[in-house]
Amino acid sequence: MPAKKSTRPAARELLFGDLWEYDPSPESAPAFIEPRYGLFINGRFIAPKTRKYFDSISPRNEEKLAEIALAGAADVDAAYQAAATAFISWRKLPGAERGKYLFRIARLLQDRAREFAVAETLDGGKPITESRDFDLPMAAAHFFYHAGWADKLDHLAPGRALVPLGAIGQVIPWNFPLLMLAWKIAPALATGNTVVLKPAETTSITALKFASILLDAGLPPGVVNIVTGAAETGAAVVNHPLAAKIAFTGSTAVGKIIRHSLAGSAKRLTLELGGKAANIVFDDAPLDQAVEGIVNGIFFNQGHVCCAGARLLVQENVARDLTARLKRRLATLRVGDPLDKNTDIGAINSKQQLAKIQQLVQSGIDEGAEIHQPACKLPAKGFYFPPTLFSGVAQSHRIATEEIFGPVLSILTFRTPEEAIEKANNTPFGLSAGVWTDKGSKILMMASKLKAGVVWANTYHKFDPSSPFGGYKQSGFGREGGKHGLLDYAELV
Amino acid sequence: MLPKTSPALRRLLDDVGPVDEAGIQERVTKYTTRSIKHGSKLFGLRLALSMVDLTTLEGGDTPGKVASLCRKALRPHHAPSIPQVAAVCVYPSMVKHAAKHVKGTAVRIASVATAFPSGQTPLKSRLAEVRAAVSDGADEIDMVINRGAFLAGELQLVQDEIVAVLEACGDATLKVILETGELATCDNIRAASFLAMQVLRPGDFIKTSTGKTSANATLGNHQVMLDAIRDHFLATGTAIAMKPAGGIRTAKQALHFLVAVKETLGDAWLTNTRYRFGASALLNELVRQLETQRTGAYQAPWTFTEDSTGY
Repeated sequence: MPAKKSTRPAARELLFGDLWEYDPSPESAPAFIEPRYGLFINGRFIAPKTRKYFDSISPRNEEKLAEIALAGAADVDAAYQAAATAFISWRKLPGAERGKYLFRIARLLQDRAREFAVAETLDGGKPITESRDFDLPMAAAHFFYHAGWADKLDHLAPGRALVPLGAIGQVIPWNFPLLMLAWKIAPALATGNTVVLKPAETTSITALKFASILLDAGLPPGVVNIVTGAAETGAAVVNHPLAAKIAFTGSTAVGKIIRHSLAGSAKRLTLELGGKAANIVFDDAPLDQAVEGIVNGIFFNQGHVCCAGARLLVQENVARDLTARLKRRLATLRVGDPLDKNTDIGAINSKQQLAKIQQLVQSGIDEGAEIHQPACKLPAKGFYFPPTLFSGVAQSHRIATEEIFGPVLSILTFRTPEEAIEKANNTPFGLSAGVWTDKGSKILMMASKLKAGVVWANTYHKFDPSSPFGGYKQSGFGREGGKHGLLDYAELV
Repeated sequence: MLPKTSPALRRLLDDVGPVDEAGIQERVTKYTTRSIKHGSKLFGLRLALSMVDLTTLEGGDTPGKVASLCRKALRPHHAPSIPQVAAVCVYPSMVKHAAKHVKGTAVRIASVATAFPSGQTPLKSRLAEVRAAVSDGADEIDMVINRGAFLAGELQLVQDEIVAVLEACGDATLKVILETGELATCDNIRAASFLAMQVLRPGDFIKTSTGKTSANATLGNHQVMLDAIRDHFLATGTAIAMKPAGGIRTAKQALHFLVAVKETLGDAWLTNTRYRFGASALLNELVRQLETQRTGAYQAPWTFTEDSTGY
């Protein structure tokens, strides 16, 4: 396959100009972010023993949002002591009672959804429409779902009982701060465990705001403890002797470190790591809807999604047509202030992540792939990256194999279903995949041969609390959501 | 070449590609989350108003009611900042009455013809109807396609009839009503769009519906047709215009439809030579919203004609 293809100048094109520009429409609801947050341990906000705080800035404009406590080993120990003490009575509570707390949390989250959505967007950079229409409703849905399970656990595995594990250490990423918190905390509490949770360094604010919901819900002290900090804090959470299990969502590199450090211990481990999902488009697919799915697959949350459809595998005979449609669609995507309700692609989460994306995009150019970026004006302040397509990508390119975690799509072609499967599975990851075809039998055949935890057919990025989520190979192990997710937080006896 | 044993519709769909209905719904939901405020709202409302085909299609239409409709079309509100609508749309027998009021102005006369809304009369009488409307002064003809023939698989007949009406139109602009509610599936709507567009002239329209069935214009069927117009334009260079009709009653809905046009076909279609709304109640609603923008407050309901059939 040639690395570069010359594009034939189009004889006629559509004009996506400024005849009718949308005026700025920023969300105006207040986020109620406090100037300084302590650690949430044993039902109280306390100052860290390290006496250190770090700044949380908004990737939207690089302005400081709040000071976040830096938890040291002694703070993490205090959190685990609280969690272990709380576990004694929490595990004995009837499931229906635990369920009541979870229902209460879910409802309180719904009540304050707008405020939390704005905070999530300010802190993480994702478009307000996404935090409002996806993150918050899904987070509440996870609490509702698991609240319903809390008194029905005896029916989960007929003839056997679920026994909670103890104090669980949970480390979550920065791409869906509140939603990942919900994915972690809801099943842990439903099954009778207690929690020490560490949010990501750049996105701690919604987790700390969530602590106020726990207080409002009257959750017993110590059942959920939130410690903030960077890698060292995370290591302290993972390596603490009182941890019965570690649940981690994040990069494959850190996942490997955690697995190393847990080797030889009795701690359980579930990992939800990176991905490089293939989105496979056959020539009989509804192409315009496939374009929509591809756009949703890679540009949702600026591509900061572990299951993002980062590799587009398109049947060669429709590749030119599909690429042209994609480029036209890209021209109408709006990049900019995430707080604006008309923004489709918001801010990159952090300076480091922006640098990583820029570096990998440069490698794509250097390795000979053809880059396409629509003309778009990026805000002067803040971390932004335009939606990017690479065509003429080969399996050997870095942009075809490494997780970029940004709004960058690599387009590869295939000729036969066998070749599509071979290329799709030719990756160290296996978290998700997409299949686009008008033919149902082809969907079933592909789904059975793709080594991926989730396969979406004629859609992408559909989630539900009842559907287990997790990966193959270096995308991790263990499942979150559904019955499978609950079983990962309990011992069957 | 393989022998043509597959049904005509299947062959056409193989040509123009399938449509996934769930995907269409997902796409159009995004249009409704666009937040149109301030200046862009004002621009959108004025644009929408200038695209209205102000319509009366009742058995009880009289020369007097049509006259009233025409005056409303020429001057929708006493505020001078409010533009005229694009056209009035009446039955063929009312064209000559409308002509007395709007001929010579920028407002055009559109007439439904071809045994609107069912189309179930002999072709000969449908064509005679078209010729009569044109000779009475209609600038635009809204025809219905033969849905019976389409659903029976006689696609060539459907297309031949469109060609015959086109010839009867002479210089008048033709709008081809697909009646999407009766075609039912997205695949059918896409196929029918191409059947029509393949024989239409630049500037002719495809139109969603008659407004006389329960299923009217929706963002979904509208999107299928916009996608078809775009694909046809990019393949042939022929720019076909679009007219959703029926069911668009609120200003907000109209803005959502225009957002779909802006983000699918681009700026060149944001003009009343390439896009129309077939509506009656919508006009008052647009005027109401424009006055709200101008004065900064909602005006009392009696400031506007509530009864859209009375004008």
